[in-house]
Amino acid sequence: MSLWLILTVNSVTLGGLLFLLSAGFSLIFGLMRIPNLTHGSFFMLGAYLGASLVLYYQVDFWLAALAAAVLVAVFGGVLERFVLRRLAGAEQAQVLVTLGVSFMVADLCLMVWTGDPLSIDPPEALSGAARILGLTFSSFRLAIIFVALVIAAALWLLLDGTRLGAMIRAGVDDPQMARVCGIRVSHLFTIVFCLGAGLAGFAGMMGGPILSVYPGLDSDMLPLALVVVILGGTGSLLGSLVGSFVVGFLYNFGQALVPELAYFVLFLPMVLILVARPQGLFGRRAP
Amino acid sequence: MKRLAFAAALILFATAPFWVGGSFYVNILSQILIGAIFALSLDVLVGYAGLISLGHAGLFGVAAYGVAIALNAGLGHLAAVAIGLGLALAVTALFAVLALRTTGIGFMMITLALGQILWGLAYRWVDLTNGDNGLGASSRPTPFGFSLAAPVAFYYATLIAVCLALVAIAVFTRSAFGASLKGTRDQPRRMTALGYHVWMIRFFAFLFSGFWSAIAGILFFYYNQFISPHALALSASAEVLLMVIAGGSATLYGPVAGAALVVVMKSVASAYIARWNFALGAIFVAIVLFMPEGLVPGTQRLLRRGFNAQRSRASAPAEGG
Repeated sequence: MSLWLILTVNSVTLGGLLFLLSAGFSLIFGLMRIPNLTHGSFFMLGAYLGASLVLYYQVDFWLAALAAAVLVAVFGGVLERFVLRRLAGAEQAQVLVTLGVSFMVADLCLMVWTGDPLSIDPPEALSGAARILGLTFSSFRLAIIFVALVIAAALWLLLDGTRLGAMIRAGVDDPQMARVCGIRVSHLFTIVFCLGAGLAGFAGMMGGPILSVYPGLDSDMLPLALVVVILGGTGSLLGSLVGSFVVGFLYNFGQALVPELAYFVLFLPMVLILVARPQGLFGRRAP
Repeated sequence: MKRLAFAAALILFATAPFWVGGSFYVNILSQILIGAIFALSLDVLVGYAGLISLGHAGLFGVAAYGVAIALNAGLGHLAAVAIGLGLALAVTALFAVLALRTTGIGFMMITLALGQILWGLAYRWVDLTNGDNGLGASSRPTPFGFSLAAPVAFYYATLIAVCLALVAIAVFTRSAFGASLKGTRDQPRRMTALGYHVWMIRFFAFLFSGFWSAIAGILFFYYNQFISPHALALSASAEVLLMVIAGGSATLYGPVAGAALVVVMKSVASAYIARWNFALGAIFVAIVLFMPEGLVPGTQRLLRRGFNAQRSRASAPAEGG
């Protein structure tokens, strides 16, 4: 009984982290049609930056997470403005350049932070355990789930309730028509890219106390984010939310119950869904 | 001109063991050639069919594992290679049926997922694949009585394989079938309207690509006499894709140049530059910014421009006088 409960909590936690990582990925993918293979690097960079702020400068955990998010967002913005902008529509060049940058980031991280993993403690107030209905949970895991849900709600409000959100949705659905209507889609690209990168950086810091921070974190997270986005459908917030929790459950339960076939369990549903619905569960059919 | 360059390159490669100095460098050349076959095979899909696959290391690895498992079950080399090839072709057909339901980014994602499944099986199905420890072979084969045990002998075997691959792919892309494949890349709807079976054309191109990936995988296995799940990882699929795009997709020599770039950076430059991975990433970014069509077509363009500039400079005074 308790094994199932622990697995469930871990699955939901991972789902929350994956949502933070993949929401931005999905929007970038949906709006700009860029397979942004640096997204794992954003996650790792955020984790390293936040961890060093906490460990070497004794910055408060939440402040460090925010700072990491801002720094990674700026990095993403620079990448979009000066490199990716020139490559609109050139899929092969986008793959080459995003992978190239992820090599560079991975090597820089290795140079600056060496190969030893960093471990971050969760913030003081959340380091203990919480008792709910007579069962004990790690407070920090609950906090991750809470933060992810808050951010999901905020993103939903942003996309569904504001003018900016309406413009982004228009850009996702039909970029050319949005341009004709006077929306500066290229500005949206930068905003969305910064937002996505920042969220990934934030997710990296949030994941730090659970996953720890190590070289190779980027390539561990990237395929998971890809699976989420493909399952959920590109450009759909609801899709990434559902996809994240599905992947969180498949990953944790797969590892625990059928370790021999863990990756099979993770990727097979994705293939099946793609075969049946190439646009993903909540994606719209590409025009 | 092109034939001359090819003949010169062939002579250079054929005499290489006599002047590169030492079996270390001969082995690196073998690695480049194996990488070249693999990149050429992927280029059939990426360059000529316009389908970017991120799961090709899976096909490469399945062939290698097929041979390794057959050898460890006590079969001979010939039977093992046949099993490896057959297995890889069967898996390729399955890949193709599933992935060809879409094109573009969807195709990339399905192939990625399929590649990850194979990697996961190699990594976790320990009874069959020995997991992370990988599988080895005690000897290399001796085709027609020639032992491939020595580095130089193995190098010549891979050189022959590369030449066969180059010829096969040149013939393939210049044939009527190759022309129709390029048609499905550029104008799939028009090709359908003209009565071509677009899906079938792509399917056969995929099989052809898978066949040469399998050859590369088998050579890779015999080169190392070892295979582990790392050869099937996403990073391996990305690496070969980078070879193709960096060198120049839809060209015959681009993938070879790309393979040389990546292998040299990995095996030679890494001895001199501690941050070779950073350098490789920077080179990729530079290629995209300055030669978006890839190294080989980009260099050709620059040479042609330099040649034209020189010619116009030479003719300018004549016009003035």
